[in-house]
Amino acid sequence: MTDDPDPSVVDARGERCPLPVIRLARLVRDRPDLATVTVLATDPAAAHDVPAWCRMRGHRFVEARAVGDHTAYVVEVVRPSTQGAGR
Amino acid sequence: MSGGLLDDGQHDLEPAPVATPVPTRSPGVRRLLDASSGPLHPVARETLQAAVEVGWADPARLHAEGRRARALLDRSREVVAAGLGVRPSEVSFLPSGPTALTRAVDGVAYAARRRGARTVASAVEHSAVLVPGRARASAADDASLFAEVAVDALGRLDLDAWRRALAVPGTVVAALQSANGEVGTRQPLGAARDAAAAHGTPLVVDATASLGRDDVPADWDVLVGDARSWGGPPLGVLVVREGVRWHWSEARADVEHGRADVTPWVPLALAAAEAWQQTTATRTADTQVTRALVDDIRRAASAVPDTVVVGDPDDRLPHVVTFSSLYVDGESVVGAFDTAGFAVASGSACTSSTLEPSHVLAAMGVLTHGNVRITLPLPAVSAALADDVSAFTAALAPTVRAVRDELGVGDL
Repeated sequence: MTDDPDPSVVDARGERCPLPVIRLARLVRDRPDLATVTVLATDPAAAHDVPAWCRMRGHRFVEARAVGDHTAYVVEVVRPSTQGAGR
Repeated sequence: MSGGLLDDGQHDLEPAPVATPVPTRSPGVRRLLDASSGPLHPVARETLQAAVEVGWADPARLHAEGRRARALLDRSREVVAAGLGVRPSEVSFLPSGPTALTRAVDGVAYAARRRGARTVASAVEHSAVLVPGRARASAADDASLFAEVAVDALGRLDLDAWRRALAVPGTVVAALQSANGEVGTRQPLGAARDAAAAHGTPLVVDATASLGRDDVPADWDVLVGDARSWGGPPLGVLVVREGVRWHWSEARADVEHGRADVTPWVPLALAAAEAWQQTTATRTADTQVTRALVDDIRRAASAVPDTVVVGDPDDRLPHVVTFSSLYVDGESVVGAFDTAGFAVASGSACTSSTLEPSHVLAAMGVLTHGNVRITLPLPAVSAALADDVSAFTAALAPTVRAVRDELGVGDL
């Protein structure tokens, strides 16, 4: 994640809710080739909101894994993903 | 005393005439949709002001002023006891609902300290139950001393897990709310108390969100209320059913039946009793009104894209509704509604002093960000309630959309 960041990883460490979920949703929208995405987050709300997002948008929440000072949330993207939050 | 709470003929036990709702409001008028902490019922406010003049004295004093305060305190206790269907000797007034709640659990635990020290509570209890419970377990370095029983996605207690938790030896207290004040879901008190009773464990019921708005619970050994829920001032009510083993380790026998360390300020007790009389006199009609208004809000919120309405749609408090919208932070959405004239609350982390979202939303496994919590005021407190809710349902979708656009997430 330093020189050559993994395109399937959202590094949202240090960011507050709802940013980790927003960035997760953006990545899933912008990269239709990704089957699995991982969110790294320190925000405690992500523990509830990433699985809730999966449920609301039809994706599959795989696992939450504690990694040092943050947590890695793994999501299996189910396509075609439900589109159009806004209107 | 001439039979009323105050004998000036103005503040009697008769309910006040219901104010005629004002159909329209001028620009700039606030619309109160967060009534968990008031405001006071208008008649209770008058009683409070009048009681400040006549009931200010220490009811323990032997002079005429003290005796008068004592009589008013006794009368207040009688009114609340009658309303709850209990004896006045079972009722104590404490400084606040949360204080009474913590005390309620402490008293059962202390009385049973030779048999064990384990408390069982639902995961969505008030922090006045959860925080001291976790602290006790932590201090003893024994996590089993405080069991938090899971709830389902609607916020309702998992009864099988509750029964299993109660069966663990050393369990001496069970604590469960009548209904959750954040999401409105009622708890299965009858079954929960049967399960506790099977082990001889007293059940502490937290009715601080429901009293005055919903039926008085029947299934409890110790009951806790907060006068704020029925339009009164902040005042804790602790009811220990006769025969229940309850003892407070720091009890002073002469104060509130040994359940408090300070005598309540009599004007607060009088205002609480007045509010109880007023609110319960109109409760049936009020419940119908608020239930229908909450249904309106639930419908409007459900129609907003990527928004989940939280809590049981039917088996719930009549005046509470909560929903969460994806990609929106609680602070922004509360701020946007505030700017538009609506006072609403939120259980999102960004609106709390800590980084933690509402433990209730978390335990239910629902979206915690973008959360909006509505606690409808009593119709007597807010004459334009129906108009306020109508304006809110109209503003809901555009406000969430505007916040999403501002955050640049409208296309997600």
